[in-house]
Amino acid sequence: MKKALLVVWLMMLTMALTGPRAAAQGGAIKLNAAGATFPTPIYTKWFDVYHTAHPNVEINYQSIGSGGGIRQLQSGTVDFGASDGPMSDDQLSQSKFKILHFPTVLGAVVPTYNIVGVTGDLNFTQKALAGIYLGSIAKWNDPEIAKANPGVNLPSSDIVVVHRSDGSGTSYIFTDFLSKVSDDWKNKVGKANTSVNWPVGLGGKGNEGVTGLVKQTPNSIGYIELIYAIQNKIPYGNVQNAAGKFVKADLASVTAAAAADAKSIPDDFRVSITNAAGPKVYPISSFTWLLIPAQIQDAAKRDAIKDFLKWMLTEGQKYNEGLSYAQLPKEVIVRETKAISLIQ
Amino acid sequence: MSSPRIIWRKSLNFVMLTLTGVAAFAVVSVLFLILGYLIWNGGTSLSWNFFTQLPKPVGETGGGMANAIVGSLKLLFLAAVMGLPVGLLAGVYLAEFGGKTFSFIVRYTTDLLNGVPSIVIGIFAYSLVVLPVKHFSALAGGVALGIMVIPITVRSTEEFLRAVPGNMREAAMALGASKWKTIATVVLPAASGGILTGMLLALARVAGETAPLLFTAFGNRFWSQGWGQPIASLPVMIYTYAVAPYDDWHRQAWAAGLVLLALVLLSNLGARFILARSKAV
Amino acid sequence: MSAAATTIAHEVPPQAGPRAFLHRLRQGDEIAHLITLTFAALILLLTSMLVYELWRNSHLSRSAFGWAFFWTKVWDPNFDNFGAAPFIYGTLVTSAVALVLAVPLGLASAIFLSELAPRNISDVISFLIDLLAAVPSVIYGLLGIFIVVPLMRTTLGPLLINTVGNLPYVGALFRGPNYGVGFLTAGIVLAIMVVPFIISVSREVLLTVPREQREAAMALGATRWESTWQVVVPWARTGIMGSVFLALARALGETMAVTMVIGNAAAIKASLLAPGDTIASTIANQFTEATGDLYLSSLIELGLVLFLITFILNGLARILIVATERGGGRPA
Repeated sequence: MKKALLVVWLMMLTMALTGPRAAAQGGAIKLNAAGATFPTPIYTKWFDVYHTAHPNVEINYQSIGSGGGIRQLQSGTVDFGASDGPMSDDQLSQSKFKILHFPTVLGAVVPTYNIVGVTGDLNFTQKALAGIYLGSIAKWNDPEIAKANPGVNLPSSDIVVVHRSDGSGTSYIFTDFLSKVSDDWKNKVGKANTSVNWPVGLGGKGNEGVTGLVKQTPNSIGYIELIYAIQNKIPYGNVQNAAGKFVKADLASVTAAAAADAKSIPDDFRVSITNAAGPKVYPISSFTWLLIPAQIQDAAKRDAIKDFLKWMLTEGQKYNEGLSYAQLPKEVIVRETKAISLIQ
Repeated sequence: MSSPRIIWRKSLNFVMLTLTGVAAFAVVSVLFLILGYLIWNGGTSLSWNFFTQLPKPVGETGGGMANAIVGSLKLLFLAAVMGLPVGLLAGVYLAEFGGKTFSFIVRYTTDLLNGVPSIVIGIFAYSLVVLPVKHFSALAGGVALGIMVIPITVRSTEEFLRAVPGNMREAAMALGASKWKTIATVVLPAASGGILTGMLLALARVAGETAPLLFTAFGNRFWSQGWGQPIASLPVMIYTYAVAPYDDWHRQAWAAGLVLLALVLLSNLGARFILARSKAV
Repeated sequence: MSAAATTIAHEVPPQAGPRAFLHRLRQGDEIAHLITLTFAALILLLTSMLVYELWRNSHLSRSAFGWAFFWTKVWDPNFDNFGAAPFIYGTLVTSAVALVLAVPLGLASAIFLSELAPRNISDVISFLIDLLAAVPSVIYGLLGIFIVVPLMRTTLGPLLINTVGNLPYVGALFRGPNYGVGFLTAGIVLAIMVVPFIISVSREVLLTVPREQREAAMALGATRWESTWQVVVPWARTGIMGSVFLALARALGETMAVTMVIGNAAAIKASLLAPGDTIASTIANQFTEATGDLYLSSLIELGLVLFLITFILNGLARILIVATERGGGRPA
């Protein structure tokens, strides 16, 4: 028994001391950040590359969800947050301190489907997507879908609708789009939100869950993030944009969505770019933001964050395409660089 | 003597006993299916890097979960240190000292505690340990897991203490031992096998919990020193990687699941070994 | 035992007088009593604090919805209308399915492992079954998605619909569109998750039943099964019930695995093949992303509701035990 206790004690000692390999020798700046899951891959890439270039700065990012990020930021348990949807006016006014929004990358949401006998890309009108998710369009051969896809043999089966079961930025972007293009949706289901009262359909957990359900269930449709579709080579459809054109989501069409309205983006960068004007624009696109407190007491942390932001807007953007994220348009980068000086 | 009644009883005997065998076989097959699936999917992604490297961003090979493995060990250690004694002593109370009503209330409450979703316990630990100091910590994660360890430990401790036959206690008392001496030197050792099972079961359960750690231990892509910093853990890494779009991360998630199981297996073996040694006097 | 006896013999000190001896004896016991009492009370304290936190943080939604929270079927974060009814239903149904599957299977396996299997095989298998308890729920969820859901959609579901679905009353449980995800799938995954608890604890308890009990039954001419079912199992009854409580508690509170296979539709349907949702799964899914005080408060109130359900179910189960108390239990 005594031997066992000794072993346990030794283990305790070693575990407490573990990790001197990190830059623990005084001067290490450890930052904690939390928030959106959508940009996690690119953020972890950035923080890792930045750490290699600046070994004394450790930025620890955990994807606990946009809402979680906002809340942890407001509680003061993290140094900065990340969110797929901008904070609302209410949230900002309730916050004890001022929070700045910095767009980082662009992402998009695409409709993926699994229809018996149909290969190739389908075109979805705005009305079609809204109707499907409202439940008013129940069968695949509904005229609204058929008229945009002449020559495609759509079955008369019921549409199995798949949405997200967990609250997510992806849902936020998708519902933002739907509420803009369909008054019915806006009245029945409401505005953009990470979680809504879906009129119909099954829920899948995460992009993985939605994709899994769609793959397995004949005649189903779901919405997922573009990077997810690209990385997993999942077929997805074209969506009609505000100019009436059917656009397939890719990095260029997503960046176009941000560039289209670049001048009208407000100074605080809280803007929705879904359904933007322009023929080449992909309509279900969105920024994702880092939420930084306007005032940071700790000088070392403040400088580290500001430096990272500068790096992110220049060097960092080069990594976007490799991970299938769209780059920020130049006009936005210029304005953001100016906004960094707002952090005191 | 083959009256119909006896034939009936004998057939019933055969049928029921066979059924129990079938049930056990079914469960064991499912078990092997799960283990096999894990080994198949995870085993192929195991490598030396997995055990020694920190997580790398997507697209870079050679990343591992070294900090998560150590993190899980640290968290389990904290959970054991905080939760097991509470469970054990409370179980002793219920079995040996308790009054009727108070014991009933404690047992009932323990069952209630067991049914609380793990995320709610995480939120509770968050408001208790994280908010006051405004940062996440391994300690907070340990508190959350420690709370979850208590109910199973209490139940099994009480159950197996009660199972010790009365004559053992009486014999000890007849030799002049006080009540607590009896418990400590006679009853507890006699029940130790079952109690240990309960404790290991409790620890095994919390080893795989993700939700309570999200708001307490948080997670860390780097090494975590001491007990007051955010810390990585295998379940959280599995969760983060499993829902990501990248195949490499998926494979790492399976590997992590396998490693987690192996960890629990080793702790089980280790604990039983220590127990056997200490009993073999 | 002999070691214990010698230690005790040495511990008894020379008398300084019978009074002093008794006093010291009692003191040692008093302290032990006090210490263990404190830890038992600690559990009460922890749980009360937990409930208090749940109560406090849900006051917004409690005052907004009152009792209607229990029967409102709508869960709408956009229009701030929240009701727990579909989730209460989902929790109860999935837990019921899980127990209906896991208890017979678990108990039967435990009997096999403790009574019939050779001891070393039984030990090894039991050891491996304990490992199942350590598999993270996320992995159970993934296994559910990859194995159980397709199975349900292609094979099991249609089979049930075509056979049991045609029976008069029971048939209503197995109707309707079959997606593979749903109450039954979640119940099956839950059953797999909780069966290790039942087997592990029940087996250990069955092993503690004294040989004399079995032998006495055999001596009276009982068959092996009769001796097991009518003597051994009742003797271990409280332990087995305890393991069922553990299983029930786990089933009620399970989040990750359930949420991946239940279909997440906030609806109340009669068919077990329909998608639904549970309280724990909803909280886990939406808590991290929820913004808006009423939304958060409603989620926490869901936690409180689950607590209440656990309270009631435990009470009912205990009443059931007392009501079915016949002879044959181990003397308390």
